[in-house]
Amino acid sequence: MNAGPSPVATEAPRTEEPDPAVAETVRLSYREALRMAMREELGRDERVFLMGEEVGVFNGSYKVSDGLLDEFGPDRIRDTPISEEGFVGAAVGAALLGERPIVEIMTLNFLLVAMDQVVNHAAKVGAMFGGKVRCPLVIRTPNGAGNQLTAQHSQSFDGWFAGTPGLKVVAPATPADAKGLLKAAIRDDDPVLLIENLSAYKEKGEVPTDPEYLVPLGLAAVAREGTDISLISHGFASVRALETAERLAAEGVSAEVVDLRSLRPLDVETVAASVRKTNHALLIEEGWPSFGVTAELAARIQHVCFDYLDAPIERVGMAEVPLPYAKNLENAALPNVDRILGAARSVLAGSRR
Amino acid sequence: MAERAKTPTLEQYEAMVTIRAFETEAERQYKAAKIGGYCHLSSGQEATTVGTMAAMTPSDLLVTGYRCHGFALARGVPASEAMAELFGRRSGCAGGRGGSMHLLDPERGFYGGWGIVAGQLPVATGLALALTRRGREDAVLCELGDGAVNMGAWHESLNLAALWELPIVYLVVNNVYGMGTSVSRASAEPDLFKRAASYRMASERVDGDDIEAVFDATDRLLGAAREQRKPAVLEAMTYRYRGHSVADAGTAYRTKDEIAERRGRDPITRVRATLAERGAEEAELEGAEQRARDTVAAAVEFADADAEPALDRLAAGMYAPTSDLQFARMKPGSPYGEDELVYAAGLGA
Ligand SMILES: Cc1ncc(C[n+]2csc(CCOP(=O)(O)OP(=O)(O)O)c2C)c(N)n1
Ligand SMILES: [Mg+2]
Repeated sequence: MNAGPSPVATEAPRTEEPDPAVAETVRLSYREALRMAMREELGRDERVFLMGEEVGVFNGSYKVSDGLLDEFGPDRIRDTPISEEGFVGAAVGAALLGERPIVEIMTLNFLLVAMDQVVNHAAKVGAMFGGKVRCPLVIRTPNGAGNQLTAQHSQSFDGWFAGTPGLKVVAPATPADAKGLLKAAIRDDDPVLLIENLSAYKEKGEVPTDPEYLVPLGLAAVAREGTDISLISHGFASVRALETAERLAAEGVSAEVVDLRSLRPLDVETVAASVRKTNHALLIEEGWPSFGVTAELAARIQHVCFDYLDAPIERVGMAEVPLPYAKNLENAALPNVDRILGAARSVLAGSRR
Repeated sequence: MAERAKTPTLEQYEAMVTIRAFETEAERQYKAAKIGGYCHLSSGQEATTVGTMAAMTPSDLLVTGYRCHGFALARGVPASEAMAELFGRRSGCAGGRGGSMHLLDPERGFYGGWGIVAGQLPVATGLALALTRRGREDAVLCELGDGAVNMGAWHESLNLAALWELPIVYLVVNNVYGMGTSVSRASAEPDLFKRAASYRMASERVDGDDIEAVFDATDRLLGAAREQRKPAVLEAMTYRYRGHSVADAGTAYRTKDEIAERRGRDPITRVRATLAERGAEEAELEGAEQRARDTVAAAVEFADADAEPALDRLAAGMYAPTSDLQFARMKPGSPYGEDELVYAAGLGA
């Protein structure tokens, strides 16, 4: 059972991705890709188990774990009461002894009641105990807004977690990355928060069937090449960025989209290479920009690309309000393609609106 | 305590029928895309809702979770304002900004409609603390679901309330399921009311579909809370007919027979029979039913005709009205659009 650390986790990150052009792929939704990753890892490693609210009998609140209870039984697919602090902490404990728990949190909003276990416990294990124990834990949870779920259910705290040394934070934007990043996270020897997105679950794409398809942590992807402006984003914001790039192309603007995939570790190199090429940067996130992911990115970019910037860096995120319910207010507050387009044009015009 | 008419009254019957009609209509309007987000219905739980609310005085305080339509109506929130909130319109009880889960009416002592399981418990406990600090002889009724008792916030709140002798009754609406998980699969002590004993707090369980039993128990426990500052837990055994929310068919984790069996002893039918037995005329009962239908139809009409919230009021209410000056110096360099979207019409009320 306890087979020691997995080989992949100790390997240095590959600098090149597995080439999907030569790999055999299948068309899956984002949620199916996550399920494929879990099914493969549950089958591969006895130490892996899934727990969370409604993951078993109900087949997952968002059906990510559909069918897994039937296949792996209630010991490996464990339904929990509504006790986030308790079962996230229990996963930390199980990980200390070498188990590889995957915890599903219904949405990122509910991770707040377990914040203490994540930030004060999971993230501290490695350093505080002098590297004598490890905490190979995965927490999977969707963020996001856009379905009128209102203030308490529409949040993206990605930056809070990514700002915590000791944690790793990844956020796949495509089905292939959902599979590859989740598998890499499960095999990783540290606590990893994998941020999914409610609107992304139904997005479809080609996913490698290879059970060894891993996307290394800490590696961004250039999701679309371009020369005039860099749109830099992660998670569902990358889906919006790609759509924006398509719209910009129609206006004769060549936009490059850098999908971060991983927030901590952050691939500053890929970001810098893009900005040095395009000389314009627009940063996009689902959450509130102030003190957020885009704030961090802007600081890094000005530091490493100071001489390359032709215009001030701009950012788009959720309007800085607790998200209101009414559809018109919600639409106005979301970082939608129209707002991103407007910001891109203003960066290209070289001056702040 | 003021003398009250014997439960159930014709008014209580009308309130129950109104709630059922409101929920049925909310589901219809949801499917017609007039209502969005999460929408949790309480059909089947009317005796618990109306029975507890009937025992509250106008100056008592109410706090609930997200399954709050029935409580809002029974507490006196006009159906039109509740429906307008579900429609996201400006005359909604939260200005269209809260939606189904966040109804409220502070003027009627209703302090929300909260969406994080058990998050409302410490808040309600604090309202009770404030009542004692102000020397008020009122009490708080805090609604929660059977699933909420497994959160740490439940234990912390009960301990505080017992330790500080706060005037609060925690109403556990045990409708058998927390989403798709039954109480027996979630609770090591499935007699939820017994957990109060850990804090030497009074507690009892009632048939939540028997409005007289619900009223009597709530009346007694609220009385003890007001007069002797004795907190309590009341567990009301009931059932939700519909899924967890409108998006859940509600059949994956329970049998059709189980639902049919519970519908067979419907609390509204029970009250109707009791009233008829005690001499209510058929015409009176039908009159109440007609008024309920009219109320809900008028509410939909009102909500539909009402305007959306003004776009430039995106940030309204976020901070106290005195805060605009404090934020004035934060505008330069704000992320794109913030100036128009957030600061335009001010951050205050
Ligand atoms: C802390 C937290 N975790 C999870 C959720 C998602 N959630 C919303 S309602 C619910 C079930 C609650 O069941 P119960 O307390 O029995 O109340 P009921 O819905 O039956 O009224 C869950 C898990 C949440 N809102 N908050
Ligand atoms: Mg319940």
